[in-house]
Amino acid sequence: MADVDITKASNPARPGVNPIQDFIRKYGWSYVFVLPSMLAFTVFTLIPVIWAFIISFQDFRPRGGGGWVGFQNYTDAFTTQNGVFVEALKNTAFYALVTVTANIFIGLFLASLIQPLSARFQTFFRAAYYLPAVTSAVIIAVTWRWLFNTQWGFLNFLLSLVGAEPVRWLSDPDIALQSVILSTVFTIPAAGVVLFSAAMGSVPKDFYEAAELEGAGPIRKWWSITLPLIKSTTLYVVVLYTIASFEVFEKVYIMVPSGVGNSTQTIVTQIYQSVFQQFRYGVASAQAIVLFVIIATIAVVQFRFLKTDVEY
Amino acid sequence: MALSFARSTTGRQAPKRFTISRVLLWLALIVTTIISLFPMYWLFVTAFTPTQDTIKTPPDLFPQGSVANFERLFSQAKDYWSWFANSVLITIGITVFHLIFDTLAGYAFAKKRFPGRNFLFWIILSTLMIPPQVTLVPLYIVVQNFNLRDSLWAVILPGWANVFGIFLMRQYIQTLPTELEEAGRIDGCSEPGIFWRIILPLSKPALASLAIFTFVRFWNDFLWPSMVLIKSPSFTLPVGVASLQTEFSTDYGLIFAGSAIAALPMIIFFLCFQRYFLEGVRAGAIKG
Repeated sequence: MADVDITKASNPARPGVNPIQDFIRKYGWSYVFVLPSMLAFTVFTLIPVIWAFIISFQDFRPRGGGGWVGFQNYTDAFTTQNGVFVEALKNTAFYALVTVTANIFIGLFLASLIQPLSARFQTFFRAAYYLPAVTSAVIIAVTWRWLFNTQWGFLNFLLSLVGAEPVRWLSDPDIALQSVILSTVFTIPAAGVVLFSAAMGSVPKDFYEAAELEGAGPIRKWWSITLPLIKSTTLYVVVLYTIASFEVFEKVYIMVPSGVGNSTQTIVTQIYQSVFQQFRYGVASAQAIVLFVIIATIAVVQFRFLKTDVEY
Repeated sequence: MALSFARSTTGRQAPKRFTISRVLLWLALIVTTIISLFPMYWLFVTAFTPTQDTIKTPPDLFPQGSVANFERLFSQAKDYWSWFANSVLITIGITVFHLIFDTLAGYAFAKKRFPGRNFLFWIILSTLMIPPQVTLVPLYIVVQNFNLRDSLWAVILPGWANVFGIFLMRQYIQTLPTELEEAGRIDGCSEPGIFWRIILPLSKPALASLAIFTFVRFWNDFLWPSMVLIKSPSFTLPVGVASLQTEFSTDYGLIFAGSAIAALPMIIFFLCFQRYFLEGVRAGAIKG
């Protein structure tokens, strides 16, 4: 940052003035400016985060309780309720793996496709892909639940056109999770398309011209120039979608309210149940911390693998 | 299709021939556009089709234009407009806070030096990776203890804590020339005056992205509002729509009439301010 210390420049410290007054004159407004945001942040994020760590080691219940229990909540989280949290971890990991991979490939693919188009068409397609993303996840989930309806749903209508038997998309425990994943994959990763296409648009043209002189074809150019040069965007998009997919909640909660056995439980639906149905605040906090550790670990690993030193 | 990859910058000079690769390119784009928009389309088709006609095979692919579902929605889900009003109040309450105070904080972090600046910024930065679910239990305990259940403040106040806007505004204000502030200072402008007359007007593009990001994020928020808004009159639209699904389980027409009205403001908003939405995504503001 090249910012100049203006405060000092325009208000040179005059000797002989009370140092407190001096401090206030120099910095007072800065503190006033950051105060409201910092206050909201401290009260509603910082303190709750620290408190959540503390609760995760306590026997905290709506009424009574409150002693230290060590790692009891963590072991309880994994072992009680017939180990459904372990099931939820597996489901979430599977959901994340499939949807993130699909989102990245679809995002890259569509961004590459719209790249050669005129600005007007690029804007049109970006908008068409983006439109569903401004709608609440609840409404998207309600709509997909209807599309998946066994008796009257549009997907089974399509299947009936080719003579296939209706599928119990969301009520068959063996495929309910796959159905939820399918709905995510079919929702175009709009932010990915926008970010990738912005990154692709900023790759210097002469790189491609040089490659053409060398006789490189379009695929070769895409693989050897486009992909390496947008790597930092790819990293960003991968991390973005990984975090979002590990926090998946509305989709499963709305589409499969019953959870059809445990087959569509995810980490966040488990946290929700620990608070609301079981009133186990300590366990819920422990589960949330586990979610945080998972996300942080994966993000660090992704940064390691996708880190790039290519600058242009 | 790969044949059209990376023609990016040379697109215009490439002769527009009717080749197989071009046909495949357009086919892929049209098919993905249909896949992308179809659920939205189906939502509105169902909303405008009488419920008895939504449960038949084959389904009608085009809406009938019947508003019977909406009439039933307003007579049976009596709190619907109350949900709508709650959503508006909550979203505006959070957005206005962020527009003013994120810009102030962003300005201080971008242009001013003061003891503790780096420390404060570091703390904010280090909490960015923490998933919001971590704060659920403590905030829920606070809401219980202060009897804030079913109060809109229970949703608005935690919404103020979102720090993303501080980053966005700091990044943007850093790019503004410092000479303008100095000129203001020399002309005897007070610090709040510099902010109000110089920084704020110059920050308009970033403010537009911030407003849109915040508005969409909290208009659509579900998890936290569903935990603290328990009684129907205090619901927001997403919480209300979710409750329609349990209350009117097979009245699809009614459920989608409710969904359509809830979705429409954001769709109109998007169509009007599309440019700022997409810029906001590029600034890293919007997940989607």
